[in-house]
Amino acid sequence: MISIIDYNAGNLTSVYRAVNHLGFKCKITKDTQAILNSDSIIFPGVGAAGAAMESLLKLGLDVAIKEAFNLGKPILGICLGTQIIMSYSEENSVNCIGIINGKVCAFPFNLQDQDGNRLKIPQMGWNSIEIKKEHPVLSGICKDDEFYFVHGYYPRPSDDNDILASTSYGINFPSIIIGGKNLIATQFHPEKSGKCGLKLLKNFCMWQPC
Amino acid sequence: MLSKRIIPCLDVREGKTTKGIKFQNNIDIGDPVEMARFYYEAGADEIVFYDITASHEKRNIMIDVVRRVAENIFIPFSVGGGIRTIDDMREVLLAGAEKVSVNSSAIKNPEIISEGAKAFGSQCIVLGMDVKYVGKSERIPSGYEMVINGGRTYMGIDAIWWAKEAERLGAGEICLNSIDADGTREGYEINLTSLISTNAKIPVIASGGAGKPVHLLEVLTKGKADAALIASMVHYGTYSISQIKSYLYSNGIKIRKT
Repeated sequence: MISIIDYNAGNLTSVYRAVNHLGFKCKITKDTQAILNSDSIIFPGVGAAGAAMESLLKLGLDVAIKEAFNLGKPILGICLGTQIIMSYSEENSVNCIGIINGKVCAFPFNLQDQDGNRLKIPQMGWNSIEIKKEHPVLSGICKDDEFYFVHGYYPRPSDDNDILASTSYGINFPSIIIGGKNLIATQFHPEKSGKCGLKLLKNFCMWQPC
Repeated sequence: MLSKRIIPCLDVREGKTTKGIKFQNNIDIGDPVEMARFYYEAGADEIVFYDITASHEKRNIMIDVVRRVAENIFIPFSVGGGIRTIDDMREVLLAGAEKVSVNSSAIKNPEIISEGAKAFGSQCIVLGMDVKYVGKSERIPSGYEMVINGGRTYMGIDAIWWAKEAERLGAGEICLNSIDADGTREGYEINLTSLISTNAKIPVIASGGAGKPVHLLEVLTKGKADAALIASMVHYGTYSISQIKSYLYSNGIKIRKT
């Protein structure tokens, strides 16, 4: 069973539908025991860091996620879920769960492309990723594959070794990060990224980190 | 770099797509779920649905369509038409849409934008704009006026002012339709698109007038649009999405390959 963590942060049903479509059993839950008993965990999210952290703390889910991580359960962070596992977010200046050391940064205000055109924030749309090192969850993902992004902030791990892939949008920012042996987190939405996104999700659902 | 998005638009009335749509390979015509799946497979980057069901009581039919679309396609899609309240928005988003668009209801009641953005996030809220050129005046400095009811009712509001105001209220994206170009298949309104796109800090989807791939090239370069809406040029099988995309790619536009 795969648990999709419910902390009132929206967009859970898209993740549920995609995982279901791939033929894996999953459940949307805020029950800490159910989360600790599941085979893997997806930590999605859309919204703002402040409200999300407040909700996680109230539900005791911050503790459950850390515990599940320490137990070695495979965890997938998505978008806001990815940001919340960092130590701190510039959005609402809030301390986060802190599984990965580092902070969540806002895109610089005057973001420009190579030709000097102003780039819009949030980044909304399809962009590619540059994979730094191999990972089972990225199996079959190619250089030209694109993923759907919607965000104004991005994760910046303190240790560059935690960056699995980066994406260019005025600056180069980490778009897939890893924590320990069993956590992988994407800034984009695999559940809304067509075939490539489904491939990544399927890889995650089958992933058994040693 | 971000790719430019190509977005097919489907008008839905009481659960059926309205235009007499013919695909080259004659798959089910008229079923919005089948059509969405067809465009998803064909490489659409997003899909837009407009519910043109006249009666508010029949809205549940559209909700069912949205739910079935969400089970079948795994790219973002938005739903517009008849969204008047926060509850209407919630219903559509919970059924699986990524975004909702508001048009005339936002002109009549701008708070729906700020309330929607607060409840669901700006990324969910698309402002649909129907615009007509009326000539520059003191009241309409840009010469482009907001209209509703398919262009029959003039609202006395300048399009640039409204785009900026909606952005301030929390709209996350603009879907900009030129009533003058709509249905002509002679190209998008480039001047209008470029004006709104340079004045707004949020992404702009150009709509109205697409007939040939070169029209998309123009609006994505000269018009500075972030995305282009297409309808009849693909609905009637005149062009396929991959034809349009390879044309754009060979002309230096970054698009998502599928």
